[in-house]
Amino acid sequence: MAAMISTAQAGSLGDAAVAAFDRKRRLAFTVPAVVLLYLTYVFFAFDIPGIVANARTDNAAILLSDFWSYKTHVTRDNRTGNVTVAIEGENKGTYPPGRLPDWVGMQDGVTRIDLGKGYEVVYEGEGARFTVPDYGVIRVEPEGRGIRLELPEGEVPSWINASSARVTATTPQGRFSMTRNRTETFRYEPGWELFFFTLDSPFSGRSVPELAGLAVSGERIDPARPNIAYMLSEFWTNKMWRHGDVAWALFETVLMAFLGTMGAALVALPLAFLAASNFTPARIVRFALRRVFDFVRGVDGLIWTIILSRAFGPGPLTGSLAILMTDTGSFGKLFSEALENIDRKQVEGVQSTGASPIQQARFGVMPQIVPVLLSQVLYFLESNTRSATVIGAIVGGGIGLLLTQAIITQKDWEEVSYYIILIVLMVMAMDSLSGWLRGLLIGRAGRT
Amino acid sequence: MTDTASARSGDIRADYLAHARQRQMYSGILLLVFTLLMLSGFQLADARNAGGFWTGIHQFFDFPSEVVSEAIAKAGNLPGLMWTFLPSLIETINIAGVATLIGACGGALLSLLSTRGLARFPALIPVFRRLMDAMRAIPEIVIALVLIFLLGGGPVPAMIAIAFHTTGALGKLFSEVSENADRKPVEGLASAGASWSQSMWLGVLPQVMPNWLSYALLRFEINVRASAILGFVGSGGIGYDLKTAMQWGQGRYDQVVAIFLLLFATIVVIDQVSSHFRHKLVKGH
Repeated sequence: MAAMISTAQAGSLGDAAVAAFDRKRRLAFTVPAVVLLYLTYVFFAFDIPGIVANARTDNAAILLSDFWSYKTHVTRDNRTGNVTVAIEGENKGTYPPGRLPDWVGMQDGVTRIDLGKGYEVVYEGEGARFTVPDYGVIRVEPEGRGIRLELPEGEVPSWINASSARVTATTPQGRFSMTRNRTETFRYEPGWELFFFTLDSPFSGRSVPELAGLAVSGERIDPARPNIAYMLSEFWTNKMWRHGDVAWALFETVLMAFLGTMGAALVALPLAFLAASNFTPARIVRFALRRVFDFVRGVDGLIWTIILSRAFGPGPLTGSLAILMTDTGSFGKLFSEALENIDRKQVEGVQSTGASPIQQARFGVMPQIVPVLLSQVLYFLESNTRSATVIGAIVGGGIGLLLTQAIITQKDWEEVSYYIILIVLMVMAMDSLSGWLRGLLIGRAGRT
Repeated sequence: MTDTASARSGDIRADYLAHARQRQMYSGILLLVFTLLMLSGFQLADARNAGGFWTGIHQFFDFPSEVVSEAIAKAGNLPGLMWTFLPSLIETINIAGVATLIGACGGALLSLLSTRGLARFPALIPVFRRLMDAMRAIPEIVIALVLIFLLGGGPVPAMIAIAFHTTGALGKLFSEVSENADRKPVEGLASAGASWSQSMWLGVLPQVMPNWLSYALLRFEINVRASAILGFVGSGGIGYDLKTAMQWGQGRYDQVVAIFLLLFATIVVIDQVSSHFRHKLVKGH
């Protein structure tokens, strides 16, 4: 009898197990199939093949080469015959008259540009010639309203692009191009140009030991202040890289994150008491506050940012307030949940000594929730540093603004790289800072 | 005997009081520094802002009331406009969805590779950890803007940017979960000759799946918001429509309201649904 029951049980157990396996097997098959189906749909909805076909690989090349190198333009205005040497072709990077890089020589109206490894461009008279080792000499002369090109015998190689109006020769050592109005040579060099001092600074073009010598001893260049102070101020006000402005922008971003997060925590804490069921018996208050939190959170940071920037104009304050608004909702929800989960006994203990409600909250409740709150706040602080970058791009403040501006001009990619590196360092620093503070504050709160 | 005891208790009391005073002083100083930081910070932010706080606070409701009054005047347009913007909204959600999927897969792999005791190549654990840190540290907007330069507009740059960040963020959370996973199933599978991927698939994933899914759902919520913002800054999705409507300004505020309402409803619905499922996943049934 007993044995029969047990076999019957075993049978039904076995059936159940088989059914469970079947369900699992079906699930294991359906889930990946659904995911795959979804990805296929998105593949076509986002038109991935079209995007791959239109990807700008030339832009990628520009970006990569700008990241680690810079170019110097040697430009001749063919109508006046004036030759200018300018880093990245910018006004701020133009060599002053009488001072040239050592690879450019100007004498009697002839400009020699040594591109290294035997590559040489010479601007002479109205024309120019480009000597390319293992190929020969490319000669270009103006003719009528266009230009005339003379090449060595043989087929025109693919790196020369020639028409009657324009000639471009791209070599690993540099690029040469000429039109009727303009002759231009680019020389590429590794590094970020003028990162420390611009050309108009007395410190530009000096070697590191020389600079160190000047900083420590040496005669004062500006009699009013020591060389080291002068050097720092020249670096700080560098017109090309604007280190001072960039530092301010970084600081502004961190400021936005700090003010927004801490302000939100300060606003949310008292409200959270009102929204927690064990502190506020009035249902209606709780309900209303919770809906307010949901509303503030639901009206996304993006919408708050837009509304606030209309009222307060662009700047860091707007960004801080946008973060403050959104996070008040999140903190209110998190804090009130933390408050509802506290241990009632400690509060009763404090109450039994005759403490007022405020004192109960201070000594019975706060010690319990402070570690939870602090760790939440510090976590938000770190993640808001990243949000502040994006919000800065919208409200026009901080490093986000500089980054979007630099990207929109689509030319100063070395600046973009500089900003990106700084942003990543800033976020990492805030990450470690918040981790360190968490350890310090919660470690101490935990001991008490 | 009793003398010494009472003397000792007096010492203890004095010690305790001194200690308490010291602690109070520290917290007082901390509070003071914090308050000063907040005040001076707000003052500084106010000074560097284009419009001041006290002048702006009166205008706070100007823009919303202007927008709302125009939208009420054209209330009949709203349902139609919402219908028009629905495809962009779906695009925004798709960006977040695909990014979360890709990010969760990448994060799962990275987290298993960087969990002590489970890693395929234990020597490379620090490498994978730093990789996740770096992926988390790069804000989405940076990648999105650079990719727009390379790939042109559209949803893909935002999707890749969010997926990249999600990989790092989820990888860290996932590895915290898998660190607590029971190692016995893995050992059992390994003793039966299972490969690394098999023992992860059959031994670890079933244990960590509920928590992982819950984190992924939370991330999806965050990513929907991020994808709306990235659309506004870059291109693609409903954020971009919002930007065009805003740039047009007066006369198109009905569109702005329609987009606001869509976005608000979406975020609230996703928030509720995801918190319902997360609750179910973590607490079990």
